Amino acid sequence: MPVSPENPAMGAELAPNIVLAGVEAQRHHRGSSHYNKALWFIASIAVLGVLAPLLVIATSWATDQTDIWQHLIATQLSDLLRNTFVLLLGVGTGVTIIGVGLAWLTAMCEFPGRRYFEWLLMLPMAMPAYVLAFVGLGMLDSTGPLQFWLSQHLSDFKPVDIRNEFTVIAVLTLVLYPYVYMLSRSAFLAQSSDTIEAARVLGCGYWQAFFKVALPMARPAIIAGVSLALMETLADFGTVAVFNYDTFTTAIYKSWFGFFKLQAAAQLASLLLLFVGLTLFAERYSRGRRGFVQGGRLMSRHRVRLSPAKSYFAMLACGLVLSVAFVIPLCQLIFWVVAQGSDQWNARFTKLLYHSMQLAGLAALITVTLALVLAMARHVSRGWRRQFLDLSQLGYALPGSVLAVGVVISFAQLEHWLVYPLQDLLGVPQKQILLGSIFTLLAAYWIRFLAVATGPVQASIERIRPSIPEAAQTFGVTGVQLAWKITLPMLRPGLLTALVLVFVDVMKEMPATLLLRPYGWDTLAVRIYELTSEGEWQRAALPAVTIVLLGLVPVMMAVRKSSR
Amino acid sequence: MRFKSIFTAAASIVATVGATVLVSGCEPTTTTATDEPLVVYSARKEHLIKPLFDRFTEETGIKVNYITDSAGPLLSRLVSEGENSPADILMTVDAGNLWQAAEQGVMASIESDVLKANVPAQLQDSEGRWFGLAIRARTFVYSTERVKPAELTSYEGLADDKWQGRLCLRTAKKVYNQSLVASMIVANGADQTEAILADWVANLAVPPFSNDTKLIMAIAVGQCDVGLVNTYYLARVLADNPDLPVQLAWANQNGRGTHVNIAGAGVTKASKKVDKARQLLEWLSEESAQADFAELNQEYPVNPSVGLPPVLQTWGEFKADEVPVTELGRLQADAIKMMDRVGYR
Repeated sequence: MPVSPENPAMGAELAPNIVLAGVEAQRHHRGSSHYNKALWFIASIAVLGVLAPLLVIATSWATDQTDIWQHLIATQLSDLLRNTFVLLLGVGTGVTIIGVGLAWLTAMCEFPGRRYFEWLLMLPMAMPAYVLAFVGLGMLDSTGPLQFWLSQHLSDFKPVDIRNEFTVIAVLTLVLYPYVYMLSRSAFLAQSSDTIEAARVLGCGYWQAFFKVALPMARPAIIAGVSLALMETLADFGTVAVFNYDTFTTAIYKSWFGFFKLQAAAQLASLLLLFVGLTLFAERYSRGRRGFVQGGRLMSRHRVRLSPAKSYFAMLACGLVLSVAFVIPLCQLIFWVVAQGSDQWNARFTKLLYHSMQLAGLAALITVTLALVLAMARHVSRGWRRQFLDLSQLGYALPGSVLAVGVVISFAQLEHWLVYPLQDLLGVPQKQILLGSIFTLLAAYWIRFLAVATGPVQASIERIRPSIPEAAQTFGVTGVQLAWKITLPMLRPGLLTALVLVFVDVMKEMPATLLLRPYGWDTLAVRIYELTSEGEWQRAALPAVTIVLLGLVPVMMAVRKSSR
Repeated sequence: MRFKSIFTAAASIVATVGATVLVSGCEPTTTTATDEPLVVYSARKEHLIKPLFDRFTEETGIKVNYITDSAGPLLSRLVSEGENSPADILMTVDAGNLWQAAEQGVMASIESDVLKANVPAQLQDSEGRWFGLAIRARTFVYSTERVKPAELTSYEGLADDKWQGRLCLRTAKKVYNQSLVASMIVANGADQTEAILADWVANLAVPPFSNDTKLIMAIAVGQCDVGLVNTYYLARVLADNPDLPVQLAWANQNGRGTHVNIAGAGVTKASKKVDKARQLLEWLSEESAQADFAELNQEYPVNPSVGLPPVLQTWGEFKADEVPVTELGRLQADAIKMMDRVGYR
């Protein structure tokens, strides 16, 4: 049910809790304090888990890194900031136009193929940005087959370098627009047609109604989607590295891998974190306590039927985005897989596949469970407690490698403070048991992806009216039975959406998996890293295509459930 | 009441998840204390090391576990794990990285006559903290259609105006270029090197590439005429497309020789299996392993008594720069700063 065209709560469901499309109208009935304390306890541990690596990163300010700072300021910093700003602006604009535009088309208009496009357009989400980057460059760049062929057949052909600002922005926009598309589309669907009709009765044209009424009402959902996209953009390293486009993350990696000043890298990273934190806070503050209560007939029941000419353009727009972002790259990947022959389908591949799915599955379960606990705790808290719980979102804002090292350092500390003394006490030799175990890797996953899971889960909790379980109880349904028969099914859409998002994200995750995986636990993403870092793009096609197709499974499942 | 039910639901999920994690998390650890495997943190990719480790295990019965990642994260992990780190060996693909690891105090000094004999002195740490295992030469690749090999003399020569708009380089972020520039600083001094780099940048035909393979292809399609790459990338490209109009030329043969770097490894301070770890390093430096080590990636063996793989024989012998690779590690930060200053991205 999650990605449902007719499910009005979708916007809220997918929104991370930075923005909740719905309003919490009912704040009564806060549950028994006994449970609340337990909830608060578990939730606090989850938040502290997220905060630990962030604090480790913040402690870097205790060290003196003037040398690196002076060098950066004297040479590159202004360019890096400019590039980062251009990238954010470009991707922000791109995902908003494509995401909101397509959402409006599929939510509000009727044209041939709309029913398919409305879910097909979510598929690019399964394509990791670094994969689209290497496929896109592989096909179109001066060294790709197209230009190579031209250079062989046209004597005066001059190869064109396509690596520039515009293409980086295009790649990131194409993989990140689905966030905005999904969120704003469900917000549009949830809008009441009464509001739009009222606007039109008052003299607004169709487009005026869109810009003056529908768009502002969908603002929280749109901003939620755009923030996710921009956070990904800020933290991205893989895609910009393929294009050799230097951004703020470049400075982080240069300080770390080039100068081996992890502390300087951490200082830079913490600035990134501060920037994201302040932006999110400002957004939330500017929204204040406003909310949009909606009711009445749903907009989606009254889709505008487009004229043949307009239908043609609508289909063209949807088809173009879908082909460029998904179909063509997928075909190229499949072509490479076929060209590589059959010896790559070996037991080793099966193992990679198995590990990827196992890790993604486990991580999704854990992350969503924690998100559930957090959302419940948040619901029953107020004031500073709420803000404290919201800190759990910050793990998503850091570049993956930096977070991974933060996790390594904090778990190494934990071994020193907890594990070794315990082992000494028991008289067994000191041995590292947390680092290098699957537990640490899973911890890194939930620390990173809690932000992704929290939104949908939180929204579905807020939607349960107390009257429903109460009614069930009058029929004698209580305890476990009540939980399994009434509450869980009601939470299911939100939980499913969260599971899908986290599953797909973990499959794509690279830096934490690389650094923290137990021996032998190589995944498809690890394999892609090993091959592409050696420039063997085509051999990376099989793992890449597998990640994309596996990512499709949960998306399809979600779509099928929604069409029932 | 509502929360009681949600709480019960959450508790059930937690219980299920917890059980699953426990089951799957405990499954792979089946080794006993006596045959504990060696642990290698490797920046060298799996497909280039696994065949060797497998053979080592077959011959000696010592099992090898490894994780692969970039050198930066692996070193950070090694440092923060401290003395209880499970790692016995750190393996990287650049002298700069090994030098850093030694500098940060996580590598142990190893006495080994075998390694001393097999690895040339300039390719190992003077205190035995790391040893080169394969040589990677970084030199010219040029278009056979637009460049005569005689035009290519030295790295410094690429600063000449005649290469204006004809030069391709890989990104300065890659450690191979940082080491190359460090070797130029040793040879020419800082000021002169900086001037040469500025001219390189002025001669660039297109912005730097993210990898050597793309650079080679860019020369093949005519975007530029000459570039600098590690030889094994060219070997790989030519294996796939033997007809490409690109070829290799050795740099600085009338002077100090072509810049070489190493893939190498050392034993960690935290290792509790120093003997076994040394055994693996020694084994890797011996003839049979060296041949494979080089063959797997078309690199040059460090052990002088080992013959070259066939592809490399066609390129002939070359004179290598004999500056100790330790120097390259020491000057790496200076090299990066210099490249930043001249705008070499």
